[in-house]
Amino acid sequence: MASQEVLREESNRASFVNDPKVRSLFFQTLVVIVLFGSVWWIVQNVIDNLQRLHIASGFGFLKGRAGFDISDTPIAYTSDDTYGRAIVVGLINTIIVAVAGVITATIIGFVIGIGRLSQNWLIQKICTVYVEVFRNIPPLLVIFFWYSGVLAVLPAPRDSIHLPFGSFLNQRGFYFPRTIWGEGSWLILVAFVVAVAMAWFVARRARQRQMATGQQFPVFWTSVALIVGLPLLAFLLSGMPLTFDLPKQSTFNLTGGFQVKPEFLSLYLALSCYTAAFIAEIVRAGIRGVSKGQTEAAGALGLRSGPILRLVVVPQAMRIVIPPLTSQYLNLTKNSSLAIAIGYPDLTATAGTVLNQTGQAVEGVLIMMVAYLILSLVTSAVMNVVNAKMALVER
Amino acid sequence: MSWVRTEMALAQPAPASVRGPTAWVRKNLVGSVGDTILTIIGIALVVMILPQIINWAFINAQWTGPNRTVCATVAQGGIQPDGWSGACWAFVNAKFGQFMFGTYPIEERWRPILVAILFVELLVPMLIPRVPRKGLNAILLFLVLPIVSFVLLIGGMFGLPNVETSRWGGLLVTLSLSFVGIAVSLPLGTVLALGRRSKMPIVKTLCVVFIETVRGIPLITVLFFVSVMLPLFLPAGVTFDKFLRALIGVSLFAAAYMAEVVRGGLQAIPKGQYEGADSLGLGYWQKMGLIVLPQALRLVIPGIVNTFIGMFKDTSLVLIISMFDLLGVVKQNFSDANWATPQTAKSGLVFAAFVFWLFCFGMSRYSMYTERRLDTGYKR
Repeated sequence: MASQEVLREESNRASFVNDPKVRSLFFQTLVVIVLFGSVWWIVQNVIDNLQRLHIASGFGFLKGRAGFDISDTPIAYTSDDTYGRAIVVGLINTIIVAVAGVITATIIGFVIGIGRLSQNWLIQKICTVYVEVFRNIPPLLVIFFWYSGVLAVLPAPRDSIHLPFGSFLNQRGFYFPRTIWGEGSWLILVAFVVAVAMAWFVARRARQRQMATGQQFPVFWTSVALIVGLPLLAFLLSGMPLTFDLPKQSTFNLTGGFQVKPEFLSLYLALSCYTAAFIAEIVRAGIRGVSKGQTEAAGALGLRSGPILRLVVVPQAMRIVIPPLTSQYLNLTKNSSLAIAIGYPDLTATAGTVLNQTGQAVEGVLIMMVAYLILSLVTSAVMNVVNAKMALVER
Repeated sequence: MSWVRTEMALAQPAPASVRGPTAWVRKNLVGSVGDTILTIIGIALVVMILPQIINWAFINAQWTGPNRTVCATVAQGGIQPDGWSGACWAFVNAKFGQFMFGTYPIEERWRPILVAILFVELLVPMLIPRVPRKGLNAILLFLVLPIVSFVLLIGGMFGLPNVETSRWGGLLVTLSLSFVGIAVSLPLGTVLALGRRSKMPIVKTLCVVFIETVRGIPLITVLFFVSVMLPLFLPAGVTFDKFLRALIGVSLFAAAYMAEVVRGGLQAIPKGQYEGADSLGLGYWQKMGLIVLPQALRLVIPGIVNTFIGMFKDTSLVLIISMFDLLGVVKQNFSDANWATPQTAKSGLVFAAFVFWLFCFGMSRYSMYTERRLDTGYKR
């Protein structure tokens, strides 16, 4: 009995030092102390440094007059506006280039990715070369290539390159006719919205009917007819209220029309080309990830190659594709910050200018970080909704 | 039973329709109407683009020359006929030293070259699986070499003149940034991944916050952070070398991505391995270091190499905080009046792209090779 008591005592004593709970508590306390200590030290240093540099902290500076011009302004902005508005202009520019880039990159990426799986040897090789080239060079280099290598050496406005539909290409960017919507064009917009709503409704009814009776309905063509036809009808009914402001060539410059500046153009093209290479690989992996048995089983059920792709392969491939696709979209958004290198006024560039002018380093960097985090979170949230729609419905 | 054949029929060659170049073309290029159209489009693309590239890069290219005149047309003040378009390799040739070393003093350039030779000497046996003594090799490569390189490159001791990091540039900066980034981010990322999977709530939260924040913001913002805010964080008078700041930024950024890759590996290890280690009485670090991590890291080698490639490409962003890596030096030289022609920028960028491409492509091929080599028991 006595020896057992001793043993238990000993094991108890040993377990106090070796107890995972005690250890973890001790370790975490240590971490918290170290963390708070260093944060306190940093905060003290920041306060000291700011006092030494005579910089008032806080976000009051956002109300100050900006005093610098921005080359691309999607919303009204002059140098008399506030710093806050300048940053908002930058944020909108980031969103514009990110959305445009995401759309183009997805299209190119899907085409190249499917091309890499093509039976056609030549197409397959061309797509492989594309992917291997763009995947292995830095995006910044691609941007510079478009900007200094291609767009900067285009002819001067005097000798602009004429393109179809009255558009021009020269050193100062890409010019195309601006559409001017006249009186009554709101009708077209309303017709478009109504058409989309009707198409959605038709698709829903058709699916319900197919579930109930097995009868199919040509949803796709009906939707196309609705979405194209209704606005067209409204356009004709309202007396064709559309005119074009064509770019005109004068001696030194082009006037009129809509100008896309080379900064935007090179950033957009570079981001699209670069990200497309990654999307292509994702798409390829997704399609290859659908087992061959699925295709064969669908064939055995009597489906033809078109419906096999549309109803069996693509929905399953999308499940594999969407999560990595999301991270590529996030990467593209983050890479759009490279705009600063060629002077496209995106969020990083405008916030950087504000930061330099005011010296509000802490607030400036904080604004940048929070803005990008929010953009990332919104993108992830949207893609998560899409993913949930596509995900395997398990019964 | 006379209808039963008694001797084997002689082997016949496959019918002409399934062998030979004609059959290959039929199967791979003109299999159907759609295929044929695609082939025609493909051929049109190749015919349109490839001769132009070859003409530009080789046939019309200028390989040597003293200044911009060899790469400019008569109208631009050069010697080439109007409408000439070719690569200006003469520019790359003349600036090659700068592209490699930046403004590192010319008489001291043997030092980076020596470091490069040492690096290759140590790296090559490390990469070839058959060569023995990997442990010693790794110690030399990841512990001894950085110290030796540091002494050699910076100098200021053993009679070597001091070369400030502000004079470093070109490929030297690109490679040293990525090497240190790789050497720091892998262990740091592993620790972060372990922290994220830890059962201690505070440690876990800290790791998650760090990883997700860094992954949610662009590298430029991180670089801004270290270049603008780090000086504010330190007591007055303490300054950081700009190169060191960039190193910290790149390493922290890569570590967050590395952590997610390693976490993927940790999650893929079956629970039995953890429990087995526990039941053997191993402590946490023994369990991780001897049982879990060797398996987990091996599983995610492709992901690790992809992160390396990403980081190697990302080092080009340091030019935004005005440091001159390979791309930065190339870009800086566009404005050299001695060489400014419409072809200069394109040629310089194509050269830089080629160098980056070589390294990245090499890494990705090596990772594929390793993946195949290690792909013995894990393939499902």
